[in-house]
Amino acid sequence: MIPIQKLHYNLEKVSMGLVAAIIFAASIGGIVEIAPLFTIKETVEVPEDLRPLAPLELAGRQIYIREGCYACHSQMIRSLSDEIDRYGPYSLAAESAYDHPMLWGSKRTGPDLARVGRKYSDAWHVKHLINPRHVVPTSIMPVYPWLMEELDTSLLSAQVSTLHRLGVPYDTSQLENVKTDVLAQSQPDSDEAEGIAKRYGKDVAVRAFDGNPEKLTEMDAVVAYLQSLGTRTKEPYKILSEKPK
Amino acid sequence: MIATLSVVERQVGLLLSVLLALVGLVMAASAGYGVMAVHGSMALVLGIALIFAFSGSVSDPEPPADRIYHYYDAPIRFGIVMTLIWAVIGMAVGVWVAALLYWPEATPAAPWTTFGRLRPVHTTGIIFGFAGNALIATSFYVVQRSSRARLADAVSPWFIMIGYNLFSVWAVTGYLMGSTQSKEYAEASWYADILLVVVWVTYFVLYMRTLARRNEPHIYVANWYYMAFILVVAMLHIVNNIALPVSFSSDQSFPVWGGVQDAMVQWWYGHNAVAFFLTAGFLGMLYYFLPVRSGRPIWSYRISIVAFWGIVFFYIWVGSHHLHYTALPYWVQTLGMTFSVMLLVPSWASAGNAIATLNGAWHKVRDDATLRFMFVAAVFYGLSTFEGSFLAIRPVNSLSHYTDWTVGHVHSGTLGWVAMIIFGAIYTLVPNLYDRSQMAWPRAIDWHFWLAVSGTLIYVVSLWNAGITQGLMWRTYGSNGSLAYSFLQSVEAMAPYYLLRTIGGALFLAGAVLCAFNCLATIRAAPRGVEAIDRPLSPQPAE
Ligand code: HEC
Ligand code: HEM
Repeated sequence: MIPIQKLHYNLEKVSMGLVAAIIFAASIGGIVEIAPLFTIKETVEVPEDLRPLAPLELAGRQIYIREGCYACHSQMIRSLSDEIDRYGPYSLAAESAYDHPMLWGSKRTGPDLARVGRKYSDAWHVKHLINPRHVVPTSIMPVYPWLMEELDTSLLSAQVSTLHRLGVPYDTSQLENVKTDVLAQSQPDSDEAEGIAKRYGKDVAVRAFDGNPEKLTEMDAVVAYLQSLGTRTKEPYKILSEKPK
Repeated sequence: MIATLSVVERQVGLLLSVLLALVGLVMAASAGYGVMAVHGSMALVLGIALIFAFSGSVSDPEPPADRIYHYYDAPIRFGIVMTLIWAVIGMAVGVWVAALLYWPEATPAAPWTTFGRLRPVHTTGIIFGFAGNALIATSFYVVQRSSRARLADAVSPWFIMIGYNLFSVWAVTGYLMGSTQSKEYAEASWYADILLVVVWVTYFVLYMRTLARRNEPHIYVANWYYMAFILVVAMLHIVNNIALPVSFSSDQSFPVWGGVQDAMVQWWYGHNAVAFFLTAGFLGMLYYFLPVRSGRPIWSYRISIVAFWGIVFFYIWVGSHHLHYTALPYWVQTLGMTFSVMLLVPSWASAGNAIATLNGAWHKVRDDATLRFMFVAAVFYGLSTFEGSFLAIRPVNSLSHYTDWTVGHVHSGTLGWVAMIIFGAIYTLVPNLYDRSQMAWPRAIDWHFWLAVSGTLIYVVSLWNAGITQGLMWRTYGSNGSLAYSFLQSVEAMAPYYLLRTIGGALFLAGAVLCAFNCLATIRAAPRGVEAIDRPLSPQPAE
């Protein structure tokens, strides 16, 4: 028997030895590939203009997760020319820096949504979500008429604080005004609407997304979220225009 | 269950049931309403039912004193029954979601009948429910037989079985009610994740204690694979699921990982769930049941060693092949691709070793449908690992990723390999566990075999076509230099393939239902009282 065989022959008799060897062999790859991602510039740098989601958009994101939209839609444009032509500039690591969890997705039964913000009107989204086949007759996307129900915001403040604790840079004023902001973003004519622009920047859409400013619905939240996708930083457009295509 | 426990063990069981009921009560009371309250109530009801069962029989007669010289098979019987139940549920939901992609309004519109909520019910129900129960049950069988020792304890196998199934039920009912972490194959909420950790640690301890009792100097190779499955799944599950609950009275939580780091952690988890849950554990199953059924020793012991360490070491690196051309740094993608290609060597070594083991037993493969399940499993294992290494090559992946090709690949592995080896093991185990010489309806095994093979082929071939068509339509440019097809055109082109896939899946499901009834008939035909009988430890090593 060559020595290594002998070694293994003996290892087979020691259960804890096998355990240790398995843990050792199965740890290396993960450590080498994951640990550096927390330090290297390429993956930790965040563009200056990247803003966190406004409360209403965050509520929309939670509904997007709840309904499993990610099962059919990716939010990750690969650096391939056809994807850039179809969806826009390829996605940067930094764009999802504040995303817990990321929603890159793995299957495109429907199109990528990373840059769907501002592509359609709010009314189109509302109609499409209530029944996709009303606007796109051959669509196979499910219907979501119940999104017209009232939005439950009871957990929202706690959610924003939790994200803050995980490192998403919500400032004090943002943390304190969650309840006001979630309403105001869908009430453009209210006194509080200006607060949104002050706290989240003037690019944030403040509209009655579902057409009715009186009632805050899940639809408001989802459409606000969809309209924010790809609009929270201009960095990808800058990078793409700098590089010869 | 209870008749096989000693009085002290019943008292421990009673105590654990009270604990479960209390945990359920606290969860339900603190949440008040919503998903966590429902899950708390489920635990409460289960705990109370168990309390009644135990308290009614604490003073029943003790089991035979010589039980230590017998195998403990009662939890395995339970695990096999759960495997069959989850098989039917998981595959039925699979057929349902497949149908929804062809008839999007096939079922009445309600939140819980939408594709997005049902898809994780399918994946979790089938991976954790069906495959997981099969792995745990067979591991109990294999570790006892190959060690010639009884399970080290009588309460913990039940704790593992019941806790594990409670986790699975919490998970799938949670998705239906809209509670999900959205991480693929790790969608269950934070408290379910904690339950799984507790169950898993118990499982590991039981496994090691049983090995420590072995009457064999060597640990048989099947056990290494089961050990790798237990250990690495624990590592993956814990790291990927670290999350901060929004409040302790709600199911909501946010993972501590975000952005690109989350993507890497998720696919490190996701691919190794395939590797250590759906591959390593099942290789353990293969290395035990194939030699037993064919009556041939493993062809090459040396290859089994090399392949084992190759699989354990290489697989961990390959998760990043899910993120080609994304915002993940290029060198990580390259590592993932390189190791994925190298992985073909240990994978084919395992598949080849299994097939070569059948040398000299080909007449049995021809005549015995059960052995044929195992043979076909080994073949599909070889085919899908080849396809996997191929799909991990960056330019190939640029075409296949995000398309149905991936789903076709997944199912060539899961239908062709995982499900087939499970059915092979079930048809071997069930008669054995219920003291029958064979299944109640031996002909039905043949029927099942052909339903399964044809279902798999229809499924996989139609999705190859679907995926390649999709990938090509997305990247084709017209003569004027702009994209030739809209996304919607690619959706429309999928319809015939989605229909075919649904048909293939329905055939496969029909086979599984047949298997469940066949097992039911076999169990019904078992001699009375077989549940409580334990088989004596065999004087010979089992393999
Ligand atoms: C069964 C898979 C599926 C699910 C689940 C799904 N979609 Fe879709 N989605 C599609 C398909 C297919 C299309 C393309 C046809 C169309 O426009 O309806 C689409 C299109 C879209 C579009 C238009 C994108 C564009 O650029 O034209 C948006 C926006 C969208 N979906 C949002 C959602 C949201 C939000 C959810 C969750 C509430 C969701 N989808 C769930 C399949 C799905
Ligand atoms: C009755 C047979 C089955 C049918 C009809 C079926 C159908 C489906 C469908 C429709 C999907 C969603 C694909 C999509 O998003 O487009 C899916 C995904 C999946 N199924 Fe199945 N399935 C079956 C059996 C199984 C089995 C036996 C397993 C595992 C042991 C399995 C594991 C998976 C996994 C892991 C995914 C996720 C794939 C991915 O993310 O790429 N399925 N299945």
